[in-house]
Amino acid sequence: MNGYEFELHGETLTVLPSGGLWWAARRLLCVSDLHLGKSERMARRGGALLPPYEARETLGKLEADIHLTAPEVVVCLGDSFDDLDAASALDEETATWLATLMAGRRWVWIEGNHDAGPVEISGTHLEVLYEPPLIFRHICVPGKHGEISGHYHPKARVQTRGGSLTRRCVLTDGQKAILPAYGAYTGSLRSDDAALADLMGAEAVAILLADPPLAVPMPRAAPRRRA
Amino acid sequence: MTAPTAKAPALPAAITGWFDARGWRIHPHQQEMLARADDPCTLLIAPTGGGKTMAGFLPTLAELADGTHQGLHTLYVSPLKALAADIRRNLTGPITEMGLPIRVEDRTGDTSSAKKRRQRADPPHILLTTPESLALMVSYEDAARTFAGLKRIVVDEIHALSESKRGDQLMLALSRLQALAPGLRRVGLSATVEDPPAIARILARHPDPCDILMADPGPDPDITMLRTEERPPWAGGGGKYAVDAVLDQVRRHNTTLIFHNTRAQAEIFFHELWLRNDDQIPIGIHHGALAREQRERVEAAMVAGQLKAVVCTGSLDLGIDWGDVDLVIQVGAPKNVKRLVQRIGRANHRYNAPSKAILVPANRFEVVECVAALQAVQDHDLDGDPRGPGPLDVLCQHILIRACAGPFTGDALYAEVTTAGAYADLDRATFDRCLEFCATGGYALRAYDRWQRLVEIDGRWRLRDPRATAQIRMNIGTIVDADKLKVRMRHSRGGAPLGEVEEYFAAALKKGDTFLIGGQIVRYEGMREMVVEVAKTPWEKPKIATFMGTKFATSTQLSDRILAMFRKDDWPELPQHTADWLAHQREVSRLPERDRLLVESFPHDGRDHVCVYGFAGRNAQQTLGLLMTERMERMGLDPLGFVTTDYATLVWGLKPLTDAGPLFERDNLIETLETWLAGNQVMKRTFKAAALIAGLIDRNQPGGKRKSGRQATFSTDILYDTLRKHDPDHLMLEITRREAMRGLVDFGRIEEMLARIGDRIDHVTLDRVTPLAAPLFLEMGRIPVKGHAERRLLEEEAARLMAVAGLPERGAPAAVRERGASPSRSPEVFGER
Repeated sequence: MNGYEFELHGETLTVLPSGGLWWAARRLLCVSDLHLGKSERMARRGGALLPPYEARETLGKLEADIHLTAPEVVVCLGDSFDDLDAASALDEETATWLATLMAGRRWVWIEGNHDAGPVEISGTHLEVLYEPPLIFRHICVPGKHGEISGHYHPKARVQTRGGSLTRRCVLTDGQKAILPAYGAYTGSLRSDDAALADLMGAEAVAILLADPPLAVPMPRAAPRRRA
Repeated sequence: MTAPTAKAPALPAAITGWFDARGWRIHPHQQEMLARADDPCTLLIAPTGGGKTMAGFLPTLAELADGTHQGLHTLYVSPLKALAADIRRNLTGPITEMGLPIRVEDRTGDTSSAKKRRQRADPPHILLTTPESLALMVSYEDAARTFAGLKRIVVDEIHALSESKRGDQLMLALSRLQALAPGLRRVGLSATVEDPPAIARILARHPDPCDILMADPGPDPDITMLRTEERPPWAGGGGKYAVDAVLDQVRRHNTTLIFHNTRAQAEIFFHELWLRNDDQIPIGIHHGALAREQRERVEAAMVAGQLKAVVCTGSLDLGIDWGDVDLVIQVGAPKNVKRLVQRIGRANHRYNAPSKAILVPANRFEVVECVAALQAVQDHDLDGDPRGPGPLDVLCQHILIRACAGPFTGDALYAEVTTAGAYADLDRATFDRCLEFCATGGYALRAYDRWQRLVEIDGRWRLRDPRATAQIRMNIGTIVDADKLKVRMRHSRGGAPLGEVEEYFAAALKKGDTFLIGGQIVRYEGMREMVVEVAKTPWEKPKIATFMGTKFATSTQLSDRILAMFRKDDWPELPQHTADWLAHQREVSRLPERDRLLVESFPHDGRDHVCVYGFAGRNAQQTLGLLMTERMERMGLDPLGFVTTDYATLVWGLKPLTDAGPLFERDNLIETLETWLAGNQVMKRTFKAAALIAGLIDRNQPGGKRKSGRQATFSTDILYDTLRKHDPDHLMLEITRREAMRGLVDFGRIEEMLARIGDRIDHVTLDRVTPLAAPLFLEMGRIPVKGHAERRLLEEEAARLMAVAGLPERGAPAAVRERGASPSRSPEVFGER
């Protein structure tokens, strides 16, 4: 598997094709927005009965990344569960599988907007993780340096000579990074959306998830006019 | 067909007086419908303009004339909202003039919710509606009261409904109505069709009989093929060469409808017409991708008699009687004889006058196809494919609709749905699987015991959460449109959009591309909040000619007629240039035959080509192309791409095919199909449509709008992939495979062809292109065999953009070693993996 290296606030980080972020110097693997239990939550609300396989799909991917990188620390960057009830209603298979993945390493659950509150799952539960010089939190705070966040589920659309292609992506301007959603049943927000426009500096790039990932200037709503 | 019965009951004087006052006679088939008013089911087949609608309603008017009936008496269902409104006007006039105490109302998606509520509590005598609105009414808890006194149902244009899932949904709704109103009698009104008994079976409550009444079909149409000075081109579909001749015909008639097979061709032809329209003849354009406002303007101008001609597509196949149409021109081979006959019926709505039509072949091969179609029309030999058993996704939706109306038992609902003709052979196990799917999702991993959608209490199924009714009702319907984007002029603050294009067409556009929409050439400027923004452009020629739209495949029967023509020694019925072309093909290679498969191999332009004449129709030939190239890839023949027409597939590659036999072995192809199905985009689209209809995913959420700031929806592709991986026997995948047998994949026709040809493959190896293969080299729509194409495109663009933006290559690709050895730079992986 191939990754894509970039510098963030002086640290070298690697984007994995899966959407995970690998900080080799600290042996830290970070993934965001797993949204485990999404299908269960939709069913509970009387909606469609989606295939209940998103945990298998997502944990399968995470297991592969853990196998590949052998991290000492895993940081789940918030919205790991689609809501608190989903977290407490994890089926046996998923719970056991999670426990296996967590065994023998430090595991940090950052709190997200979907899963804010006490969660009955082992590991460290934090609002923000300070791992100087980097900070890990769910939602990007404008102006902070060295911050890694999730929440927005960014994707980017690129015009090629064969038409446009859209991929999930990591957004980064060298000072902060926003990670794409890692969960199987998640939608994405385009990088030219107003919500993302002011969060990134002018020189931001979108690192598109592919194998290996590759970077383009962050596509924005109002492209600079060229003569 | 049945012999006319002796006498009809006497009509009330108010009705006969009305006919007499106008000097009109009641048509024999209208009389006959009166005589059969008490039959459980009657199918009337009558040509357009034959007073079909009046024939359907006369028994109702007669029964309601004395004013004693309370509540709903007759339900009228048509495929078009506009038709329901039109019929209301056409009925209200005579009813008022006859002085009958009858209330008529329509109810469609356009009806206000206050009126809809009132209609449920206090229904009119005659209610005009669409299949979707009826399904919604059936879902209400008070449906039993609304429909209690219902006596008759009239299904208009049933020939069109019976070919689609809308018809299946309608017939399931009827099975429900019949349970609520046991005395309900059914009437179907149909245009000319090839197999009336098949429609009768769909219409009748199984196993009721359904008599078929054939009205006098009127005189044969006056139909010819256009012969022009200029020869038709070798390939393509536009019919541009015939623009002057068509204009000439338009001048010589009152109103002409010019039908095309695709929207793109309609647009191009319309554009060409205006370039040559020196005397400014008023001509309009009408097709399904145009904005509704645009279409309504053309329709109004048409009714007002302001247009001499309308360039159109299937969007005008059905509908209201329009003024003075005296000529129908069909540009491009009709592909399907039945549709051709129905289109021709659009000309001359006066009973007993022949309709006039002209066929314009768009290319040399279509000359053959048009001549074959002409002969089929003369022989009254219509075509059509049997529809097969009722689709299960529609059944699943019906189960949810039934649950909205209140608790039910599995036994009763099974008994009810199997009275619908299309579901008469549905076995209980399959029904139970559908019920299980609606209740629990039907997954191998039983995850939803707590959150079932339907729960069984005391033997009766009901919604676990009654609030789910809102969501189910919002998602009623079986029409699944491709995702479409609006097209708007840039800087036009608001204003009417120009029309819509399919999302995947929009995705392929690049800034500066020009295309046609609504008859004007526009330049693609960009996307803004999911709207395609365009600008006016002075360009004369659009760079991109096509956007998608329905492409019909040539019917099996028409293909067979063409193959039968090929067996003849000479072809006096064909223009000389076309006859010479076929003779030349016979000389250098051979002509395709029905029970054999002709395969030609020849080199051209440094590549090896294989041309396969399957005559299986465009969709099946395309699937055949995909299967063949996959197979050739494995045989090491390095295929590079292929192109498809209705009659052949041309594949090119780097190595010659020496033995065609293994390529077409049935077992091989089916095995290839299984692997190919996995990642195929057409299958994913098929899955999505079925998943929407069956209620696996929702199109609409109560509360309306998408959350701002976050895209809440995710791609259905992931659901398809997930099911394939974790639950390959799931009902939705089985439905998807069934659907693939027809429609866009049309695998059924490939199987039928392979079974027919057996091992009779004629592999001819030549040193140059053959006459019959030559046109394929000019066809549009070449499909490259996909390898890492997307990856390469992305890399190329990424490198360019980074350079243009002057961004330093801050990062670099890195190999992450197994077991987490420290990553090292390895720029060489940036290329091909």
